[in-house]
Amino acid sequence: MSGRAVTRRGVVGGTGRGALGRVVRAGVGRRRAQTVVIVLTTLFSVAASVLAVGLLVASRAPFDRAFAQQQGAHLTVQFDGSAVSRDRLATTARASGVVAAAGPFAVTSVRPQAPEDAPPAFQPAPLAVVGRPSADSDVDRVELIEGRWVGAPGEIVLEAGAGHPGTRTGERMVVGGTELTVVGVAESVGESADAWVVPTQLTALAGQRGTGQAGKAGQTGAKPRYQMLYRFTAAATVADVEAGLDAVAADMPPGAVAGSQSYLDFRQTAQENTAAFIPFVTAFALLGLAMSVLVIGIVVSGAVGAAARRIGILKSLGFTPSQVGRAYVAQALLPASVGAVLGVGLGNTLAVPLMAEVAEAYDTAVTMIPLWVDLVVPAGALALVTATAFGPALRAARLRTMDVITVGRVPSGGRGRRLRHRLGRLPLPRPVTLGMASPFARPARAATMAAAIAFGALAVTFAVGLGSTLIAVNTDGDPDRTGDVTVHTVSRPEEGPSAAAPREPADAAAVASAIVAGPEIASFHRAARTEVGVAGLTGGAPLVAYEGEGSGSGATMVSGRWFDAPGEAVAASRFLQVTGVGVGETVVLSEEGRTVRLRIVGEVFDLGDKGMAVRTDASSVAALELRFMPSAFSVEVTSGTDKARYVDELNTALEPLGAQAEITETGKSGVIRAMQALIAMLTLMLVAVACLGVLNTVVLDTRDRVRDLGVLKALGMTPRQTVTQVLTSVGVIGLVAGAVGVPVGVALHGWVMPAMGRAAGTTIPPADIDVYGAPLLGLLALAGVTIALLGALLPAGWAARTETARALRAE
Amino acid sequence: MTDPLIDVREVSKAYDEGPAVLDRLTLTVRAGEALAVLGPSGSGKSTLLNLIAGLDRPTTGSVTVDGLRVDELSESASAKYRRSRIGMVFQFFNLLDDLTVTDNVLLPAQLSGMPRAQAAARAAELLAYLGIDRHAQGYPGRLSGGERQRVAVARALMNRPPLLLADEPTGALDTASGADVRDLLRELNADGQTIVLVTHDLALAESCATRTIEFLDGRIARDVSAVAR
Repeated sequence: MSGRAVTRRGVVGGTGRGALGRVVRAGVGRRRAQTVVIVLTTLFSVAASVLAVGLLVASRAPFDRAFAQQQGAHLTVQFDGSAVSRDRLATTARASGVVAAAGPFAVTSVRPQAPEDAPPAFQPAPLAVVGRPSADSDVDRVELIEGRWVGAPGEIVLEAGAGHPGTRTGERMVVGGTELTVVGVAESVGESADAWVVPTQLTALAGQRGTGQAGKAGQTGAKPRYQMLYRFTAAATVADVEAGLDAVAADMPPGAVAGSQSYLDFRQTAQENTAAFIPFVTAFALLGLAMSVLVIGIVVSGAVGAAARRIGILKSLGFTPSQVGRAYVAQALLPASVGAVLGVGLGNTLAVPLMAEVAEAYDTAVTMIPLWVDLVVPAGALALVTATAFGPALRAARLRTMDVITVGRVPSGGRGRRLRHRLGRLPLPRPVTLGMASPFARPARAATMAAAIAFGALAVTFAVGLGSTLIAVNTDGDPDRTGDVTVHTVSRPEEGPSAAAPREPADAAAVASAIVAGPEIASFHRAARTEVGVAGLTGGAPLVAYEGEGSGSGATMVSGRWFDAPGEAVAASRFLQVTGVGVGETVVLSEEGRTVRLRIVGEVFDLGDKGMAVRTDASSVAALELRFMPSAFSVEVTSGTDKARYVDELNTALEPLGAQAEITETGKSGVIRAMQALIAMLTLMLVAVACLGVLNTVVLDTRDRVRDLGVLKALGMTPRQTVTQVLTSVGVIGLVAGAVGVPVGVALHGWVMPAMGRAAGTTIPPADIDVYGAPLLGLLALAGVTIALLGALLPAGWAARTETARALRAE
Repeated sequence: MTDPLIDVREVSKAYDEGPAVLDRLTLTVRAGEALAVLGPSGSGKSTLLNLIAGLDRPTTGSVTVDGLRVDELSESASAKYRRSRIGMVFQFFNLLDDLTVTDNVLLPAQLSGMPRAQAAARAAELLAYLGIDRHAQGYPGRLSGGERQRVAVARALMNRPPLLLADEPTGALDTASGADVRDLLRELNADGQTIVLVTHDLALAESCATRTIEFLDGRIARDVSAVAR
């Protein structure tokens, strides 16, 4: 023998490696349909996984980095100075578990005066002002963005985002009756204050106000209040932070702790917009990976079955079992690598608009997917592909040379004959019964295809549920969307030069009279908004006060009920989380030293105001003497009223008053729009992968049964009957797979939606999660069949067009 | 004189850029004839059978069977034509191994929508006539070659086609089974069944054909009727 030496181990050395490479390349090129299937499957899975992992990492990165740099406070505690001394507070720095502490710093809450160019009735939110000599500290190293730190009375540093928008260094502002110069803008990642002054200035501010209330309000009089900032050895969980609070508050007199804030709440707020995407994107990514494993398993396994004769020839030429096995793993890995690279690109591309949408909606910096995610995810996916391909490749390696070279294909055995015989007796057209019997000839292959379809049906069910819930959430998440018509007490500015002129709000009583004068009113109420101080919160919270009937008719309650008596209020989920107040407990609202206590009677589903709004009857907060923003009326008209005509007529009456009516519209948030677009895209990807799995299996089946198809066509089976037979064979599998996939999809939705709500800092009402009615489930049950038919349509057409004479020669 | 059952006129067939497999062939077959087509491999015998069966189309020329232009039929019409007017018997039987003998025989009737009772009665009649009724519920894989070919013949006759096409019907059989199939075809032709069979088996041609043609390079080199022989 010359040239190539063949040994017991096969074709020797470099020649063997070269031959192996050629075999792999030829295999990839020859089976183009399977190659395309592997490329697309890996592409979709990697794209979804990159997106999921990338979002997870990117959403946390900015906060965690800033928190570490600033040595952010794990816990900010406000103490009542009348109950505990400064010296006593200083000793809490040595409490168990405390690694660093800052303070005590005196703190007060004051409302700045509205600037001259502010809109009519504009009322700035109260500021939590801290007296602090230096930005630097062991805890909460406040970062100056511009200007300098306060050095003398009469100066103030604003937290970025606090104060009137557009306030710049060097400008003056009136705070608590005192004119101060803004000397800097700073950022505290732990949001320890809205503004900082020197300690002596703080004392003056608190004294001028005649009250020392701040943060945890509820008391009046000039009592000092102090802020302490802590870092703990362990602060990863809510329980860790609570344990820290317990340690700090140990041995304190009753009432000493006036309020506390955990960094975990801030972190969740900072991450919630992107974090809300993570549960469902992760679910889609896991689905994608599972489907990839299935489909690539089908493809490689099918390739082994279909190429058994080729394997026999390779082995007879001297290829070792190991070389044959490696060849088949490589045939999967080559296209999978291409798919993985493309998937990384697609994942990053999808992330760009998603992150930009979130950043735009919430005015945050756009974050991108870290490089290591782009490397680790495809590497993991390729490892999975290798593991998936290994089984069939091992089977290829173990095939007996003589068996496969003589038989030409891996024998399927005579499974399901009795069942096929019985199916043939059904009073159905023969192509249908032949199709129904087909899955039983190769049950393993049919089961794998069923799994791929079931995953597809699951994805569709999950996506439809997500979409329905998001629509419901978008509608229900605004408790003020009540009423058919909304009347604004400030009419919209007209186009042109007059637009800049500030307008005075219309007289609410006159507007109410105009509304009442109409004959078609079922009910109406007025809602007015402002910011109010809340015990335990830095800066306060939005307050919505109602007058009239039906204020809670459009509200969706997470728990409890809408308020219906003076002294009662409802609050959004995040407000309750951050303040630690539960339904049935009392919250203290304050304004310039005046306080009221309200009992929270319900948790309202409210996605506006970052979930921080408190809602109550106007009479309940009358004692606060609040100045409200221009109010709006919600009008419920009687059934059958032409809303457009009603609005026109009402506007005629309102115009002289300076008010304006319009039909109530529900907007759609940018984040929800982004979510829906992403859901649609990910679902399409998974359905495409499921269809590809079906397509590949039907191609394999058609190839295996080409002689039978030829015989049937020779006996007079029409192309339409051939298509019917093929489609029935997958339709049956699709029905069964749909019956499995749909309930699992419903269950997944029931698990993911609450997780999304938690990630977004809210609780989604059960009514918005329970979106699958019987008609919808009936439609979804067809998802499996639809996927199966879509995937099989192309190969069914190929089967129908198979040349009979050639098929008959395929013996 | 009646019209021919098969009328092949000036038919040529070439595959891709290759030479013509059939070269301007003209042939007629009358009802009741048993035509044996002989010739070496590649001479165009099976191609002729495929053209008559509507499984392939001529490059030029026309093929008319029972008054129907087979070469002009659509795929669907071609399938319906095969159901109603053609029965086919193959060298390797082409039975569906996972269907019982009866189910195999029933297929053409089921595809054409024959009522179930009528189809079952016809299948039972054929199986009994061909002497394989004891295997009715068996699977083809357990039968001898001759028995399998009888099943194939039964299936071919299921819809009472005017024309039976047989492609090397004894090619995969031992001597005894081959003789058995020869006798069967002769009996069928004696009962009036028109048969066109392609074969290398001279004994088969001599024993059951009423007419023999010999192909060479896509043309008829010899055309001999049994009377002349």
